[in-house]
Amino acid sequence: MHNDVPNASQSGAQILRKSGRVEANPWHLSLDGDALPNQRPAIVPLALWQASPRSDRLAPLLDSDVELSQELARELRAAPLVAIRFPVFTDGRGYTLARLLRERYALDGEIRAVGDVLIDQLFYMARCGFDAFDLRDDQLIENAIKALDTFSLSYQSVVDIPEPLFTRRLRESAAKRREVDSVPSC
Amino acid sequence: MYRYDTYDQTLVNERVAQFRGQMERYLAGQISDAEFLPLRVQNGLYIQRYAPMLRIAVPYGMLGSYQLRKLADIASQYDRGYGHFTTRTNIQLNWPKLEEVPDILAELASVQMHSIQTSGNDIRNTTTDQFAGVAKDEVEDPRPWCELIRQWTTFHPEFAYLPRKFKIAMTGASQDRAAIQVHDIGLRLWHNAAGELRVCVLAGGGLGRTPVIGDVVCEDLPWQHLLTYIEAIVRVYNQFGRRDNKFKARIKILVKALGIEEFRRRVEDEWAHLKDGPQTLSSEVVDAVRRHFVDPERRPVSDVAIEQFEALRLSDRAFARFVTNNVTDHKVPGYKAITLSLKRRDYAPGDITAEQMHEVADLADEYSFGKLRVTHEQNLVLSDVPVDRLEELWRRLDELGMANPTVGTLADLICCPGGDYCALANAKSIPIAQAIQARFEDLDFLYDLGPLDLNISGCMNACGHHHVGHIGILGVDKKGEEYYQVSLGGSQGDETSLGKILGPSFYSEDVPGVIDKVLQVYVDQRHAEEPFIDTYRRIGIKPFKEHVYA
Repeated sequence: MHNDVPNASQSGAQILRKSGRVEANPWHLSLDGDALPNQRPAIVPLALWQASPRSDRLAPLLDSDVELSQELARELRAAPLVAIRFPVFTDGRGYTLARLLRERYALDGEIRAVGDVLIDQLFYMARCGFDAFDLRDDQLIENAIKALDTFSLSYQSVVDIPEPLFTRRLRESAAKRREVDSVPSC
Repeated sequence: MYRYDTYDQTLVNERVAQFRGQMERYLAGQISDAEFLPLRVQNGLYIQRYAPMLRIAVPYGMLGSYQLRKLADIASQYDRGYGHFTTRTNIQLNWPKLEEVPDILAELASVQMHSIQTSGNDIRNTTTDQFAGVAKDEVEDPRPWCELIRQWTTFHPEFAYLPRKFKIAMTGASQDRAAIQVHDIGLRLWHNAAGELRVCVLAGGGLGRTPVIGDVVCEDLPWQHLLTYIEAIVRVYNQFGRRDNKFKARIKILVKALGIEEFRRRVEDEWAHLKDGPQTLSSEVVDAVRRHFVDPERRPVSDVAIEQFEALRLSDRAFARFVTNNVTDHKVPGYKAITLSLKRRDYAPGDITAEQMHEVADLADEYSFGKLRVTHEQNLVLSDVPVDRLEELWRRLDELGMANPTVGTLADLICCPGGDYCALANAKSIPIAQAIQARFEDLDFLYDLGPLDLNISGCMNACGHHHVGHIGILGVDKKGEEYYQVSLGGSQGDETSLGKILGPSFYSEDVPGVIDKVLQVYVDQRHAEEPFIDTYRRIGIKPFKEHVYA
C-alpha cells in the first residue's frame, strides 16, 4: 500500500555543497521503510539500510528523533553518506544530530540535509556539520549559495570553527602585545 | 558597560544585511508567511493585532544614555513617538512599518543594539538583577557572566529551532531580584567555604500556561564550566523536549516528565562530553569581559553631605517617601541607585515617550555616568547617584513625572500590553491597570499597605508574570467576553511561590472593587508591620474568598 507515495523520489536534481558548489545529485531518496527502491544510488530509512548488505550505493536516512550511540556511529562511519531528514524546517533536532556525529562520533563523511531544507537555515546547518544540502525544490539556488556566507565569524565553538571567539580575541591580543614588545626601543 | 569590538559589530551588521535580504525576498513573494515567521521573530518582529511590533533587546537590562537617545529618535522617526519596556527588560515599538524594520535594525546597530532572538523558539535575552554591580548584597557581579552568555547564545547554530522559547536569568546577590526560580534556566553565583566561585544551576521553572518552580540541577558548578553545562541542558532539551504540542513544549514539561533525577542524569551524561572542551572559561577570558564592567570613577562623597541627605530625609516628608520607596542602598557609601517609576497616570505601565527618553538620557549623563538599567518590573534605574545630588535629581524627576514614590507598592504594578496591542491576548490589561491605579491613588493608603506586587497578564502566556504577583490578575476569554481571574499568594525572589486562584472570574469593571475587598481582609487581619504576602501565608485564601464572594 503506497497511498502517501512514500517511496516517491523526494530528492532534487541538484545538490548544494557547503563550499557553494552545485552538483548533479545522483542519489534517489526513498522514505519507504519496507522495501528497497529499484534506483541506485539510493538513500533509504536507517532500519532498512541496516538490514541491507553494505554498498557504496546505499546510504542511511536518519529521522530527527533517532538516538545516536557508539554502535550506530560505527555503522554510519561505513556509509557512503549519512542523510538527516528535516520533516519540517522548524524541527531543530537535526542540528544536534549533525554536531554529535561530527564532534562526538568522528564521522568524516558527507552529512546531507534532506526534507524541508530551506535557504534561511543553511548557514546554521553548515556550522553544525552538514556539508551537502538537498534543497526543497522551490528554493532559488543562487540565494542559497549566498546564504552560506551570511556571517563571517561566530561566537561559539561549533564544528566548523572549533575556537570560540573569546579564545581568538585573547590569542590575537597576545600576538599584538608580542608585536609591540618586539619593536626595538631606542 | 560592554562595548562592542569589531567582531561584535561585524556580526550585528551582517545580521542587518541578512534580515534586509530576507525581507526583500519576503516582499517579493519568495518566502511564505509561515516560513518568514521564524525569521522575523528571531529579529523581534511580530505581526500584531493592529500593526507590526518590534522588540529590541536590552541585554541584561543595561542601557547607555547614547542608546536611549537613539531609541528615542527611532521611536520618533519610525513609530508613534513612544516605546514600551517589557518584563524581559526589552523595549517594544508598537507601530513600525514592516518594510522599514531593516532600516531600524541598521540604526540600532549604529549604537551597538539589535533585536536578535528577542522572540522565536531560541534562547532569549538573559535577565539579571537591576542592581547588578552596585548592590550591597552582591557576591559576584553577574554582568560579565551575562555577557558571556549573550555571546554564546547569539546565533547559536544548534539552538535556533528549539521546541519552544528559552529564557535564562542570573543573580549574583544574596537576595534574588531576577526571578531565577521561574526561568527555563536560573543561575545563582555564590562562593563556597573555600571562597571559590560556584554557580547554582536551576532548570525547568517558568510561568505561562503551566507555572512551575525550577529544580536544582547542579548546586555547585565551578564557574569554568558555565557555558558547557548550559549547552548540555539546552541540548537535552532540544533532543527530548516535546514538539507535538506547543503548550507542552517548554523545558519545564520535560523536567517534570523525566523527573529531576533522570533529567540531571541526561544532562550530566551530555556534559561529560562537553566538559573541559573549547567552551570552557579561563580566568583570562572572564577578566577580559570584566574589564568592560569596571566601576566608574566615583568621586568621594563627604560625611557632611551624607548627613545633610539624612537630615533632609527627616525634614521633608515627600523626599522621605521617595527615598524609602525609590532609592536603593549602594555598595559605595554616599551613593544610591534610583528607580524611576514608569507607572504613571495616563501612561500604560512601562511606556515612555521619545521626549522623555531624551530627558532621562540627559539625567543619566548628569547624575549617573550615562548608564541606565531596565528592570523586569518595567521601571528604569540610575545606578550611581551621589547623595549630595539626590535632592536635585528628585526635583527634576518630579518635573518629568517620574518621581512617583510608589516603587514596590500596589501602584507599581506589572502589566503586559494585552488586548490593546497583542494578538495573543484574551483580554485587555492596560485599562485594568489604569483602573486599579486610579482607585488606589492615595499615597498614605499605598504606604500603609506596604510592599505589594500586583501583576496583570492579558492571557495565560503570562508576560505580566501574574502567577508570581502577591495579587495576580489574568485576562480570560469566555465566549468572546473578557473576564478576569484573580489569584493570591504568588511571590518572586527567594521565596518564590505561585498564586492560587481565588474563585470564579470577574467583569472588568468589578476588578478594582475586588482588589479593594482583598485589601480589606488584609488590613483587618494583619499583625503589626506584617506584609500582605506574610498575612496571606498565615491565614490562607479562605478569608479572602469568603469576603470577596460574600
